Amino acid sequence: MKISMFHLMPYRDLPDDFEKRYRSVWVDPPFWELTTPEKAGLYYNQTLDELIHAANAGMDGVCVNEHHQNAYGNMPGPNLMGSVLARATAGTDVAIVQMGATLPTTQPPIRVAEEYAMLDCISGGRIVAGMPLGSPMDANYCYGIPPIEQRERYYEAHDLILKAWQAKEVFPFNGKYTQLPMVNLWPRPVQQPHPPVWVPGSGSLSTWDFAAQHDHCYCFLSYFGSQMAKKVMDGFWEFIGTTNRDPNPYRAGFLQLVVVSETDARAEEEYYEHIRYFYDKSLHIATEFAAPPGHQDYRSLVNTMKTQRAGLLGIRDQLPNWKFKDFVENGLVIGGSPATVRDRLSEAIKNLRVGNLMVLLHIGSMPHELTLKNIDLFAREVMPGVRDIWDDEWENRWWPEKLRGKRKLPAQAVAAAAAGGN
Amino acid sequence: MVATAERTETVWRDQIETRVKVAGSGPPVVFFHGAYGLQWDPFLDSLAASHTVYAPEHPGTTPGAPDSLEPLDNLWDLVLYYYELFDALGLDRPAVIGHSFGGMVAAEVAATNPERISKLALIDPIGLWRDDAPVTNWMAVSLSDLPKYLFANPEGPLGQMMSAAIKMEGDEALDAQIQVMWSLACTAKFVWPIPDKGLKKRIHRIKASTLIVWGKQDRIAPPVYAEEFASRIANSRVELIDGAGHLPHLEQLHRVSALITDFLKE
Repeated sequence: MKISMFHLMPYRDLPDDFEKRYRSVWVDPPFWELTTPEKAGLYYNQTLDELIHAANAGMDGVCVNEHHQNAYGNMPGPNLMGSVLARATAGTDVAIVQMGATLPTTQPPIRVAEEYAMLDCISGGRIVAGMPLGSPMDANYCYGIPPIEQRERYYEAHDLILKAWQAKEVFPFNGKYTQLPMVNLWPRPVQQPHPPVWVPGSGSLSTWDFAAQHDHCYCFLSYFGSQMAKKVMDGFWEFIGTTNRDPNPYRAGFLQLVVVSETDARAEEEYYEHIRYFYDKSLHIATEFAAPPGHQDYRSLVNTMKTQRAGLLGIRDQLPNWKFKDFVENGLVIGGSPATVRDRLSEAIKNLRVGNLMVLLHIGSMPHELTLKNIDLFAREVMPGVRDIWDDEWENRWWPEKLRGKRKLPAQAVAAAAAGGN
Repeated sequence: MVATAERTETVWRDQIETRVKVAGSGPPVVFFHGAYGLQWDPFLDSLAASHTVYAPEHPGTTPGAPDSLEPLDNLWDLVLYYYELFDALGLDRPAVIGHSFGGMVAAEVAATNPERISKLALIDPIGLWRDDAPVTNWMAVSLSDLPKYLFANPEGPLGQMMSAAIKMEGDEALDAQIQVMWSLACTAKFVWPIPDKGLKKRIHRIKASTLIVWGKQDRIAPPVYAEEFASRIANSRVELIDGAGHLPHLEQLHRVSALITDFLKE
């Protein structure tokens, strides 16, 4: 297993009646009514500190992504965060997982190739190159990309970036959306022929096909947990079975919300309000922003309208009434004592057959100190119980090559173990 | 309702399949629909009493041909495609009516080759932009708010019909909803995110006599745009329609169809 801490950088103190007073957490929430630049600064720094803490505590990787105009997760420039993380983890064996810079909204997209190459140079070959399509809120509303062009722009940007990393000669690029007369990338990434590529997706066949064709890692990013993801991931593996690709679990990634405390009861006490906050406020997204026509191609639109919509809407309608136990029983959150979390997590990993796990250890309104506690307990008490899954059988070809071996136990964990006398 | 026939034309080197609804008899008039797609409606019925109405579906929105949009990269391609479609339909110099998004397309077609259009009627067209009166992004309006934006009287029969259609379930309703969503997707390609794609530089080329019809209570494209269009088209006049929003030809059906039918006969 490779397990990375994912951080969204949410605003942590939205008002109690936020979801009643405002139309959406994304695209049009008024900044000056809801927060201040000073608070944003505090949250950026806490986010960085929490990720650096996770790296030092023994997580395999740290993970950031790109979103705009929102209080849900506000890192418009993920590579700015990534560059701090690359420097702060110098000399360690922690991966910098950029999940990442959004391809269709970066113009020219060669900028993504350059910045990832910079990060790979700064980190000495420790980056994972996430290549997201971008949410409709970000790409269509905040950055003005026509919904129907988004996927085509994505494919074109991907081809340009991969070629720019690998080409030995200067080349012209004559795309539909980008034309460049003399592509000659400086710097080049340390990892050759290029850093591992992860493709986030939400379950559409076209993304599976794309990931398989290019032999990239497919990451199913969902906030609805492993039980709901089972159908999607079974579909993914079934699809992989029809291609010439092997069923290597590291070909797949998954995101899971995780909260750990001393006991199950304590976990509920400490984390429930922050889970509530996340589902009530951080995910309060106006439908018209989340699903502009054209964001899905025609076939996916028909499929979603006819088959998927009812199921998801059903869950969404129930969420406001859910207690902590509903979130954990339905698997949206894996939470409880270290033993509970270990069991549930290893079950999820095996059920979904995923090798690259991202865990959201900061959730919604969680304060800094509680986040550090969650990270510490997870790294110290949970990780050792799940980190060896798959390793006897499969190699993680989607992880920076120099970091593929077993990680040394971090100094902190060694010290803790010594203090505990075992 | 008059009997409509359907013709399917394949143009653009056989890559674009377009269904055209045809009805009535008399001189030809082409109708370009708005962003929500083509629905044969009472306005087209009334036109068909004195004209042969040709109502094409925007590329990509013809059922069974969702990929027909792909060969068209931009507005320039779209305008040239319409000349090919006119040729295929045997229309040399038709009158053209366009509503909303279709109004912008009609104006572009009339400005690019002014000889191809005999008369032009624009119903609440988009295509121009004023910072002090921005056109509402209709895709950003929630479905429940939509009647308020489209109709002067959201509680009227049209508003109620729309509110009911949004909530309808069952296969047929679902197919209709998919059709509307895909029409929004295919039209947005040419106007997203701001429907100001250069018409202001070309609109002066329009030679056709032009009638500009605008709903006084239009909350999508405010009626200040009527003058913006009129001041740029040499041979044009404006009719503001009270008691109508963005669809004056439906909300004030009799008044608008009489105005446009008379204008076409002038």
